[in-house]
Amino acid sequence: MAPIDSDDNRTAGEGEELRAGRRKAARYVVPVAVMGVAAATIGLVPALADSGDPDLPKVTAEQLIEKIAKSDVQQMSGTVRINTDLGLPDLGGLESGLMSGMSAGPGAGGDGEGSAADPSAKLTELVSGSHTLRVAADGPDRQKLSLLENAAEYSLIHNGDDLWGYDSESNEVYHSTASGGDGRPEKDAPEKDVPATPKDFAEQALKAVDDTTSVTVGGTAQVAGRDAYRLVVEPKQDGSTVGAITVAVDAETGTPLKFTLTPASGGAAVVDVGFTEVSFAKPDASTFDFTPPAGAKVTEGDASAEAPEHGRPAEGGPAEGLDGLEVIGEGWNAIATFDTGARGGLPTASPDGDLGALGGFLGSFGDQVKGDFGSGTVFKTRLVNALITDDGKVYAGAVTKDALVKAAEAAR
Amino acid sequence: MSRADVRGEPVREAEATAPGTVAVPGAVRRPSPLWSLGLLRSELLITFRRWRTLALLAVLAAVPILVGIAVKIETSDGSSLGGGGGGGEGPAFISQISNNGLFLVFTALAATLPFFLPMAIGVVAGDAIAGESSAGTLRYLLVAPAGRSRLLLTKYATVLAFCLAATLVVAVSALAVGALLFPVGDLVTISGTRITYAEGLGRALLIALVVAASLVGVAALGLFVSTLTGSGIAAMATTVGLLITVQILDQIPQLDALQPYFFSHYWLSFADLMREPVYWDDLVKNLGLQALYAAVFGSAAWARFTTRDITA
Repeated sequence: MAPIDSDDNRTAGEGEELRAGRRKAARYVVPVAVMGVAAATIGLVPALADSGDPDLPKVTAEQLIEKIAKSDVQQMSGTVRINTDLGLPDLGGLESGLMSGMSAGPGAGGDGEGSAADPSAKLTELVSGSHTLRVAADGPDRQKLSLLENAAEYSLIHNGDDLWGYDSESNEVYHSTASGGDGRPEKDAPEKDVPATPKDFAEQALKAVDDTTSVTVGGTAQVAGRDAYRLVVEPKQDGSTVGAITVAVDAETGTPLKFTLTPASGGAAVVDVGFTEVSFAKPDASTFDFTPPAGAKVTEGDASAEAPEHGRPAEGGPAEGLDGLEVIGEGWNAIATFDTGARGGLPTASPDGDLGALGGFLGSFGDQVKGDFGSGTVFKTRLVNALITDDGKVYAGAVTKDALVKAAEAAR
Repeated sequence: MSRADVRGEPVREAEATAPGTVAVPGAVRRPSPLWSLGLLRSELLITFRRWRTLALLAVLAAVPILVGIAVKIETSDGSSLGGGGGGGEGPAFISQISNNGLFLVFTALAATLPFFLPMAIGVVAGDAIAGESSAGTLRYLLVAPAGRSRLLLTKYATVLAFCLAATLVVAVSALAVGALLFPVGDLVTISGTRITYAEGLGRALLIALVVAASLVGVAALGLFVSTLTGSGIAAMATTVGLLITVQILDQIPQLDALQPYFFSHYWLSFADLMREPVYWDDLVKNLGLQALYAAVFGSAAWARFTTRDITA
């Protein structure tokens, strides 16, 4: 019988054998090639999609700031990605648990435990980590903000006089009605408590613009498929931990599309908020319709009582000893200082005190410093540093450790 | 010497090829497409008539029944599940089941997708080639003028059909149990908007299809493992072991740079279909990743199976 399969051909010569072997090996090239192509695509497509910076007419920084101020976008919807990296020790769930616990306390209005759908508790989660949000707005009366979670979503819907918070994971609803007044700013106050969109952040940043700041136009960029100018805000003074703030402003509408805060120490952005998808068309009216689903637990909240309260967890226990919050310095180097009133204030500063063990633990997060003011502990994050002296004074600001020590020495 | 009898290339091609020349696969061979369908049909019949397959499907169908009864008992006193505030307990959507039976479909799929479904796929895929090998039937299959590539493709198609069937069994069982035990009607998406029951059913079907598609990667992986060994049990154990390993690695935060490439990483993205509007980013990533796994491990299985010496 003739050799019927070249792969198994034993009667052929040595060269034939070699060729068959090569052919076998050649087949394994296919999966390797597929993997290679996939790796190349993953690596190259973002680079290729980044098709260079768009060509836009030149504007000055003043014109651009004016453009933002004049921007009057009433209708929009989009997806926002928020990344915050404050460089806090990673405490995982404990951290957000503490934060939401702190702000939920006063907001829940005395019904024992806070509702899972309470806006203040939920939105505080945005302070750390990486989140995806969806925003939609149609005029001043209809807004929606949704926090996308794993197989769940937290939606905050403002429609006319109603403010609804819906937590799909626990199927709980938070409801409050605006008491009187039309279009009063405090109606959407809960949404403004925690800045969520690039616009909120940009407004905060531009408030800080004065003669201690340099504002320039740093070219153009593409954000969420739209052409944008980059407004670069940098502190002129030394000693600030803020390196630069970049705001990408939509060339057409003047809406801030992306906000990036990079620390002076370099590295990844501390705050990076940007649209990944944006549309200036009128959102579907059904987006803002909400009726609590059957069986959902509804917590009624009082918007007028709540609005001033829940932005200020300071009214609760831990910060009660605050008296006379003072601000030293100006512009970017402003340092807030206050006296906790307690000598030897925090256990961190007195490791030999009765809270020694705990003090040692907390102290391990901070650096011990000594100076003309005595000694104290500096707690550092990538943006905000705080110095707590042994005589109970606290200095905190977006400034370097040296600037804090100098401020403490000057205050003596 | 049995290897000369058992070959990947069809007999007709070999006879038409002059001795000593290298046969070009596919150049001469043209069995009718209907023949391939016949092969597929017989493979499907063999797979779905097996007691083992039926037992796997029965286990899958039992999961929604158990979840449904548990939720019914838990909420029979009128309380809501979890007692409020907590959340985060149990699979996704579980707090909604007592209000709308359709949510049992989503909960059941979320509960079975991480383990039960891929395990069943791993068993069927791992057995596909290695099982024939260990039963000594693979050489007889190859005597038929099908060609190894065609046989492999048929086996993979059978495994994919099982993926779809297994997912649909879970979904249909959950739909029936949900409709029996709980009220049905309009439902609220996780974004808080309201959709009709008909639209909800449509989304449930779409979710079932996405879940079935999420298993394509595991199926290809299992098929590749199956071509490596001659023992069906070893192939199944390896596939299920890999599945568990990947799921564990996906939980380790230090590996977050690698995790987007794990086949199971975007599995739960099917829940994004319940948002309004649907959030496509992760869904697209999931389907792309599954296609990539299917391409890489499918071609690796092909490279292995078409060049391997079949002795059993």
